Amino acid sequence: MHADLIIIGAGPAGLAAAAEAHRHGIRDILVLERDNEPGGILNQCIHNGFGLHIYKEELTGPEYAARAFDELRDTSVVVKQDTMVLSVSPDRVLSAINPADGYFEVSAGAIILAMGCRERTRGAIAIPGDRPSGILTAGAAQRYVNIEGCMVGKRVVLLGSGDIGLIMARRMTLEGAEVLACVELMPFSGGLTRNIVQCLQDYNIPLMLSHTITDIRGKNRLQSVTVSKVDDDLRPIPGTETEMECDTLLLSVGLIPENELSKTAGVELDPRTGGPRVTDDTRTTVPGIFACGNVLHVHDLVDNVTLEARKAGRAAARFLREEKSDNAGPARLPNGHGRTHPAPSLTIQTDHNVIYTVPQSFRLPLPDKTADIYFRVRSILRECEIVLTDAAGRIVRRVPKDYMTPGEMEKITLSADALNELGTQTLTLSVVEQEARDD
Amino acid sequence: MIYDVAIIGAGIIGASVAYSLSRYDLSVVLLEKECDVALGTTRANSGIVHAGYDPPVGSLMAALNVEGNALMPDLCRDLDVLFEPCGSLVVAHNADEDKVVRELFARGLQNGVPDMEIIGRERILSMEPNLNAAVTTALWAPTAGIVNPWDLCIAMCEVFVRLGGRILLNSEVLATGRDDGHWCLTIPSGTIRAQRVINTAGLYSDEVHAQVSPPDFTILPARGQYYLLDKSQGNQVRSVIFSCPAKDTKGVVVTRTVHGNLMIGPTKEYIHDKDDTATTADGLREIRKKALKMVGSINFRENIANFSGIRANPDKDDFLIRKVSDVDHYYEAAGIKSPGLASAPAIGRYVVDLLREDGVPLPEKQRVLDDPLTMTRRIVRFNRMRPDEREALVKKDARYGRIVCRCETVTEGEVLDAIHSPLPAQTIDAVKRRTAAGLGRCQGGFCGPRIAALLAEELHLRPTEIIKDRTGSYLFTGPTGAEHSGKEPRDAR
Ligand SMILES: Cc1cc2nc3c(=O)[nH]c(=O)nc-3n(C[C@H](O)[C@H](O)[C@H](O)COP(=O)(O)OP(=O)(O)OC[C@H]3O[C@@H](n4cnc5c(N)ncnc54)[C@H](O)[C@@H]3O)c2cc1C
Ligand SMILES: Cc1cc2nc3c(=O)[nH]c(=O)nc-3n(C[C@H](O)[C@H](O)[C@H](O)COP(=O)(O)OP(=O)(O)OC[C@H]3O[C@@H](n4cnc5c(N)ncnc54)[C@H](O)[C@@H]3O)c2cc1C
Repeated sequence: MHADLIIIGAGPAGLAAAAEAHRHGIRDILVLERDNEPGGILNQCIHNGFGLHIYKEELTGPEYAARAFDELRDTSVVVKQDTMVLSVSPDRVLSAINPADGYFEVSAGAIILAMGCRERTRGAIAIPGDRPSGILTAGAAQRYVNIEGCMVGKRVVLLGSGDIGLIMARRMTLEGAEVLACVELMPFSGGLTRNIVQCLQDYNIPLMLSHTITDIRGKNRLQSVTVSKVDDDLRPIPGTETEMECDTLLLSVGLIPENELSKTAGVELDPRTGGPRVTDDTRTTVPGIFACGNVLHVHDLVDNVTLEARKAGRAAARFLREEKSDNAGPARLPNGHGRTHPAPSLTIQTDHNVIYTVPQSFRLPLPDKTADIYFRVRSILRECEIVLTDAAGRIVRRVPKDYMTPGEMEKITLSADALNELGTQTLTLSVVEQEARDD
Repeated sequence: MIYDVAIIGAGIIGASVAYSLSRYDLSVVLLEKECDVALGTTRANSGIVHAGYDPPVGSLMAALNVEGNALMPDLCRDLDVLFEPCGSLVVAHNADEDKVVRELFARGLQNGVPDMEIIGRERILSMEPNLNAAVTTALWAPTAGIVNPWDLCIAMCEVFVRLGGRILLNSEVLATGRDDGHWCLTIPSGTIRAQRVINTAGLYSDEVHAQVSPPDFTILPARGQYYLLDKSQGNQVRSVIFSCPAKDTKGVVVTRTVHGNLMIGPTKEYIHDKDDTATTADGLREIRKKALKMVGSINFRENIANFSGIRANPDKDDFLIRKVSDVDHYYEAAGIKSPGLASAPAIGRYVVDLLREDGVPLPEKQRVLDDPLTMTRRIVRFNRMRPDEREALVKKDARYGRIVCRCETVTEGEVLDAIHSPLPAQTIDAVKRRTAAGLGRCQGGFCGPRIAALLAEELHLRPTEIIKDRTGSYLFTGPTGAEHSGKEPRDAR
C-alpha cells in the first residue's frame, strides 16, 4: 500500500494539514486516527472559546472540530478512524492496525505528524503518599465527565493551574461538586488569564500560588491531601502543612507532546519543547517528515494549531512536488536528500528568559513573505522588550511588551526578505526587562 | 461440602501451593480476603529471581531459593509469564565492600549457586557502562533473573481453577474452629469446611496462625518504597544491580522490569500498620541519592509511578514452612520474606511433600497424566507478536485489531480475554495486572475510560460499581447532570 501523503492524527492539526495539502494539489492523502471520530482533544472540550481567529466566531471544541472536518468534504482525502499507527520508519513506512483492515503496512511520499500531546501524571511530580482511586489528570476527568457522562467526585482539589485544570474546576463546580482550591507550585499560574478569571475567580475558587501537595491519604478512595507552602527554590516549608479533606485530586501539571512514533522514525527531538526540531516550514530532521500541532509544542489556542498545520500541509505538498521533479530529472541525488534538505541556515538561540522557540531554525530562502517565531517565557515579565539580534549583535527586531507570562505563547512575525538577507548564521532571541536595561 | 484442602491467602505462595496441588486428585479451595489475587506483598516487590548467595548457609531459605531459581525458567515458559534470565551484579566500591563480595561468593558456593564469578572493574564496566566508574569488584551471578510477580501468581491460579480448584475472593478467614474432625473456616459469606488447612497469609500469617494456636513467631512489617521510571530509562542497566550491603545501611537495587521500565528501590522501614503502603518524601529522596551514586545517568524526571510493598519479615531467621506442631492437619508457609518470590516454585512443591509425609494420599489427576499441557497456560500478548502473527490474529478476531492501551500496545481482545479468563478480571487494576494496560507512562489516562466501559459492558456493572483496585476504590460518584449546582459565575457576564 502507498499514499502520497499520510497524516497521523485527525485532531485540528491533522485535519487542517490535510485540507491545506489538498488545496495545494495533493490528491492521494490518507489520515489515520486511532479514535472512532475525528476532532482529537476538541471533542471533549465542550466549553466555548475556540476559533475566534480562524472562523471569526466563538465556537465550542466539537463545533470547531466539525468545521475543520467539513473542510475535507468533497475532497479526495481519506480518513481512516479506529486506526492506531504503531510505528513509522525513517524511510516513511508506517505500520498500523484497525479492526476492519487488520494489521497493515503502508509507505508514504511524505508524512505529517499530528499526534497531539498527553498529560503529565502524578508520577512525573512524584507526590508521596497513598495510591487510592480519585486521583486523575484533568483531561481524563474531562473525558469521563463530558463524554462518558460520569461524575468523578464531589470534593475536589486541583493541583496545577494549566488550562485544562481551570476549565475542569468550573465544569466540576457546575456539576455540583465543591472545588476547594487550585494549588499551584509556581508564584504564577500556567493558564490563560481569561481562564483564571472565568473559571476560578468567578466561582470563588481560591488560587493558592507557591503551594504544593506533599501528602496523599486514603487506602481505597482518596480521603485527604496535605497542602504546603513552598520557598523560593520550590521546596515545601515545614510547618505550613494544612490537610484538606477531599475525594478527588485533579492534576493539571503539564502536557507532553506525544512523540513515541517520532522516535521510531528517528526524528530528532528538542528537549525544551518535547517535540521535533523543525525548520520554519515544519520540517523535522528526517526528510519528508513534518510535524504540527501539540505534537510539535503545546499550544494554548487551537487557532494557532490550525495556522501551523496549514503551513505543514503546504510544506508537505511542496516537498512532494520537488521530489517528483527531482525524480524526473537525470541528476537525482540518492533519495533526493541533498536537494530537498540542505542544512538549515538560520539557527535561533535563546537567552535565559525564553524557554524555547519554534521553529528552532529557518531554511533559506524562505518560501512565504513572512515567517513567525513562536516562543514561551520562563517567568512573568513586565515592562519588557522582545529583542532579536544577529550574530554581530545588531538588532534585527525589537517589540516592546507590557506583560508576558509562561501561560501564553508569544509570537513575533518577521519579513522573509530581511531573514533571507541575513544568510547563514545564528540569531539570538531574548526578552529584556526595562529595569535590567536601565542599569 | 468438605474440601480436602483449604489454603488461606492467594499471594505467590498460596498460588504456588495451589498450582502444585492441582496435579493431584484433591478438592482444594483457595481463600483470599481481597477482591483479586496477588494484592498483598506479591504485587509490590523487586521482582528479582535471586540466585541464592544471600541466605544463611544451611537455611531452608538457601535451599528453596536455589531450587526455586532453577525451576523458574521452565515454569515461566510453561505458564507464559514474562521472565528474563538477565543475571545480577553486587557491586563494590572499596576494600570493605570487596570483602563483602568475596563473602557472598563463598556463601553462594556453599548454597550451591552455579556459575558465579567475581569480576573486576574493566569487565563490570564493559557489561554495565553506566555504572559509576569507581566500582572495584562485583559478584556476577548469571542465574539471577527478573520476573513479573503478579503475573506468575495469576497464571498459577488460572491453571489451578482450570483443573477444578476453587478460588473464593473477598473471603477473609475471620476465625478457625474444629467440628466433627475437620476444620471450619469462618468467612464473611459463611463457613468453609476442610480436612486440612494451609496458612499462606503473608503479613497476616501470624494472626491467622493465632486462630488455631499461639504462634511462636511475630511478623514485623517492613516497608520498601520504589521508583518506577519510563522505558526511556530501561536501558540504563542490563542486569540486576545491587549495591553492596554494608554495615547498618540498606543497599539499593537498580533493575529493569520485564516490561522494560527501570525500577529502583526499596527502602526498609519497620512500620506498625501492615497495610500502610504509602510512600514518603524522605524515603523517595533516600532512593534517589543511593541510586545516583551507583548509576549517575538515571533521569528521575522520567518517573511514572512510586509505590511501596511490605515485607512479611518474621522475628526468626528463616522461612517457617511446616506442619503446625500442636494441632493436627494444619500447615503453614509463614514468614516468607525475600527471597520468597524466587523460592515460590520450590515452596509449592515443599508443601506438597509436607502433606505427603503427613500421610495425605496424592493420586495424580487422570487429566494431567493424559496431557501434561493441562498444567500450562497461554495468553495473547499482542505487543510481543511479529507482524505476520498480528496479521493472522486480527483476521481471526477483529477485536485484536483495536488498541486500547497506547503505552503498552494492548488490544481490546486481550482485555476481553482477561475479563473472561478462568480468574476473571473485575476491576481496572485487575485488567492491568493481566494485560499490562495502564501500566505505562500515561498511567491509565488513555485506557482508563475504555477499560471502564468494557468492564461495565461485559460484567453488566453500573459506572458507580466500577472499582479501580481494592474494594472501596470506586471511580465515579454518579452520572453527570444529577446534581446541577445552579451556580452562576459571580458577576454573570
Ligand atoms: C482541555 C483543553 C482545553 C482547551 N481549550 C481551548 C480553548 O478554549 N480555546 C482554544 O483555542 N484552544 C483550546 N485548547 C487547545 C487546542 O484544543 C489544542 O491545542 C488542539 O486541539 C491541539 O490539536 P492537535 O491536533 O495538535 O492535537 P489533538 O487534538 O490532541 O489531536 C491529536 C490526534 O491524534 C490522534 N493520534 C495520536 N496518536 C495516534 C496514533 N499513534 N495513531 C493514530 N492517531 C493518533 C489522537 O487520537 C488525536 O485525535 C484546549 C485544549 C485542551 C486539551
Ligand atoms: C519491598 C520488597 C521487595 C522484595 N523483593 C523480592 C525480590 O526481589 N525477590 C524475591 O524473591 N522476593 C522479594 N520480596 C519478597 C516477596 O515479595 C515475598 O516473599 C512474597 O511475595 C510473599 O508472598 P506471600 O504469598 O507469602 O504473601 P502475600 O503476597 O502477601 O500473600 C498473602 C495473601 O494472604 C491474604 N490474606 C491475609 N490474611 C488473610 C485472611 N485472614 N484470609 C484470607 N486471606 C488472607 C492477603 O490478602 C494476601 O493476598 C520482596 C518483598 C518486598 C516487600
